[in-house]
Amino acid sequence: MSGGVQFKPASDQSLLVYFGRRITPRAHEGVRKLVQLLQAEPVAGVRNLHPAYRSLLIDFDPLKLRHEQLAAFLRRYLRRMEGLRLPEPRELQIPTCYGGEFGPDLGEVARLHRMTPAKVVELHCSVTYMVYFLGFVPGFAYLGVLPKELATPRLASPRRSTPPGSVGIADHQTAVYPFTTPGGWRLIGRTPLAMFDPSREDMSFLRIGDRVRFTPITAERFSSLAKA
Amino acid sequence: MNFIHVLRAGLLTTVQDLGRPGFGSIGVSPSGAADPVSFRLGNCLVGNLESAAALEMTLLGGTYLFSRDAVVALTGSDFGATLDGEALELGTSIEVRAGQILRVGPTRSGARCYLCVHGGVVVPPFLGSASTHVLSGLGGYKGRPLQDGDILQIGPAAEPFRKRRIAPRVADLLVPRKILCVTTGPQSDWFSESSRRLFYSATYRVGEQSDRMGLRLEGPPISQRRRRAMITEGVSVGAIQVPLAGLPIVLFVDQQTTGGYPKIANVIAADLHHLGQVRPRDEIRLELITWRTARSLLIEREKLLASAEAILQ
Repeated sequence: MSGGVQFKPASDQSLLVYFGRRITPRAHEGVRKLVQLLQAEPVAGVRNLHPAYRSLLIDFDPLKLRHEQLAAFLRRYLRRMEGLRLPEPRELQIPTCYGGEFGPDLGEVARLHRMTPAKVVELHCSVTYMVYFLGFVPGFAYLGVLPKELATPRLASPRRSTPPGSVGIADHQTAVYPFTTPGGWRLIGRTPLAMFDPSREDMSFLRIGDRVRFTPITAERFSSLAKA
Repeated sequence: MNFIHVLRAGLLTTVQDLGRPGFGSIGVSPSGAADPVSFRLGNCLVGNLESAAALEMTLLGGTYLFSRDAVVALTGSDFGATLDGEALELGTSIEVRAGQILRVGPTRSGARCYLCVHGGVVVPPFLGSASTHVLSGLGGYKGRPLQDGDILQIGPAAEPFRKRRIAPRVADLLVPRKILCVTTGPQSDWFSESSRRLFYSATYRVGEQSDRMGLRLEGPPISQRRRRAMITEGVSVGAIQVPLAGLPIVLFVDQQTTGGYPKIANVIAADLHHLGQVRPRDEIRLELITWRTARSLLIEREKLLASAEAILQ
């Protein structure tokens, strides 16, 4: 898979690899396969990998590698990717309490789309999302694709703080905030799950390639799960 | 065991080391000292490995009491430090006696001053690093900036006090620079020729909202050629992204790992430590250089730092 792959220096210590101009399953598969190969057989001097929808940013030690040298290594890896198999995706559920204090923007999102809050919840829970990548902060997974009826622009001015576990939507994506951080996504619910826990073996609840569904829960269920 | 008692924590004092690269795929930013050159030299002065954990103080230092004899060094910007009232020199190893009080004041030059101590500061590592990531509350001392009354453990001492100082040749590296070198960004062609000219000729003021995540630049807005939808992608430390409103943001050590704004330029590796000394309200300019020059500047710097003459004994 080296056709259509483009390299572009991003800084004097990083190289961007693009697997196409758009977000497609094939482009994203390319990202994941290259990450898998680079994690299994690291290239000396590569320090960090930042996968995204259709690109991979590779951060390297400029004293050990140059852009052209890294690109040469990557071309060899890309040639081996066609036969490479990705692991079967994990299937996970995110129990979510929608609306009220848990999802302060649910009403506004419903109004914007001229539907009832219940319909927003039904739509949000109606599809299986894929984890495209993790970014922004530890454990923040970009999930797609949101049903198109729910595609909603970000807030005009981001909130100063969003409670951990907040489930937000923005454009065609949805995500769960792992920490109290500023955030511009519209919050429609909250999960009691810890999305990132440094004391767990798998610190991040979600990883790239996972399949995820949201399931609605009551406030009572939320508090009993939060205690557990 | 030896401890540092934090009597006054200063404005924003965190435990840092050289960071935790390698976890970008789970959204963990590299963190680490904002001015790694001062940080590394500080550790060399006290006989530590370059990467030993130390304190990064921001704009205002703090007051520290040592429970036992210790060897420390202050590097980075001059915060007017005193030991039991006696003025201290920057960039040299210092003997501290049990019970002595180190006062580190407000900055007289740049944004950050490092307090390195022989044996290093001991905190539980998170993903292999002692660095504090304030936004997520992970790493460092309880995942947060220090507070009055905190007590930090110091690692065991492995050698007696030795007087060391930074060679003048190396100290030149630490003279704050307000013109930062950059290389072209992956979306620089999204900006017109005139926008780019403006970007490289303008003087930008560093906004008050700037921190370890990013520096907000105030000055002439840079407009995009035409509105295009940007697909979120990985971002590098030092990336200069330009949101639609046109005011650039330089992503820094506690950066988000991905970003959805086009990037016009990227601060070069050899100049990132200068970024760590830029204060809010400082004025900076950006100068475009080639990949080749960026690389040779870094090689030159590392040669100097690795040379036997970097630290005088």
